[in-house]
Amino acid sequence: MIGIEHYVVVSSILFVLGVLGIFLNRKNIIVILMAIELILLAVNINLVAFSAFLGDLTGQIFAMFVLTVAAGEAAIGLAILVIYFRGRGTIAVDDVNRMKG
Amino acid sequence: MLQALAFYLFAALVIASGTFTILARNPVHSVLWLILSFFNAAGLMVIIGAEFIAMLLVIVYVGAVAVLFLFVVMMLDIDFAELRASFMKNFPLGIAIALVLLAELVLGIGAWQAGALQLGTPSGDATALLGRSNIENIGALLYSRYLFLFESAGIILLVAMIGAIVLTHRERRAVRGQQNIAKQNARRPSEATVNVQPGIGQGVTL
Repeated sequence: MIGIEHYVVVSSILFVLGVLGIFLNRKNIIVILMAIELILLAVNINLVAFSAFLGDLTGQIFAMFVLTVAAGEAAIGLAILVIYFRGRGTIAVDDVNRMKG
Repeated sequence: MLQALAFYLFAALVIASGTFTILARNPVHSVLWLILSFFNAAGLMVIIGAEFIAMLLVIVYVGAVAVLFLFVVMMLDIDFAELRASFMKNFPLGIAIALVLLAELVLGIGAWQAGALQLGTPSGDATALLGRSNIENIGALLYSRYLFLFESAGIILLVAMIGAIVLTHRERRAVRGQQNIAKQNARRPSEATVNVQPGIGQGVTL
C-alpha cells in the first residue's frame, strides 16, 4: 500500500535533484530557473501528499499559491534574462558583477 | 495493486525526467524533460485524489511556463557548449552538497518515522466533505476562508505581468515618427481649407 512515506521520499529526491541542477549548471541561467521549478514541484508534491493523507485541504490551497508564485517568478526571471542577453550577448551568469555588488 | 503500480511508474518517471532535465546538453531537451516531469507529477497527484492541483499543474506549468521557457530558449542565440564548459568542474561540489542535503532529508524522514516528532493534527475545518468533488471542496474553501490570499495571488500575478512587460518592452522611435495625435484631432476643416470661387481665366493666389 502506498503511504505518505513514498510521496515524501519522491519529493525529497526531486528536491535534491533541483539543488544539484543549480550547482551543476552554474553558468546557464535557463537551466537554473528550470531547476528552481523542479524544487517548487517537489514542494508541491509534498504539500499535496500531506494534504491528502491528513484529510485537510489547506495543503492543496497552498500548493496553488506556490504555483502562482512559481509562474510569476518564471516570467520575471525570463524577462530579466532577456534584457541581460540584449545588453551582454551572453547568458553566462557566473560572473555577473556589473554593479560591483 | 494497480494504485501501487501507477505510483511506482509515475514516481520513477518523475525522478528520471528530473535527472535528465538537469543533465541534458541542450536546454530545449531540458525543457521537454521538464514537461514530462510535470505530467508525471500531475499523475502522482491524481492517484492521491487531488485532481484540481494536477490539472492546474498541467495547464499552468506545461501550458504556460514550459512554453515560455521554450520561447526564450529558442529566441536567444546562445552558444550552449560554452555554457556547458564548467559542468565537470562543478560536479564534485554539486554532488557533495546534494549528498549532504539528501542525508539531512533522510535523517529528517527517519526521525519522523521513529515517532520522535509530533505531527500537527488538522483542525477539521478544512476537511474535504464527503460526496463533493475535489474541485467543489477547494472552491468552497478558496472563496471563503482564503479569499484574501486568493486576491493577493491575483495581485502577485498582475505585478509579475506588468513587471515582465516593462522589463522587456522596447520603444522604437525611428519607425513611429513624430505623430501628435492630439494636434491631429484638434484640427478643423475651417482652419485647414479655404473655399474660393475664381472667375474664368483667373488664377488662385495661394
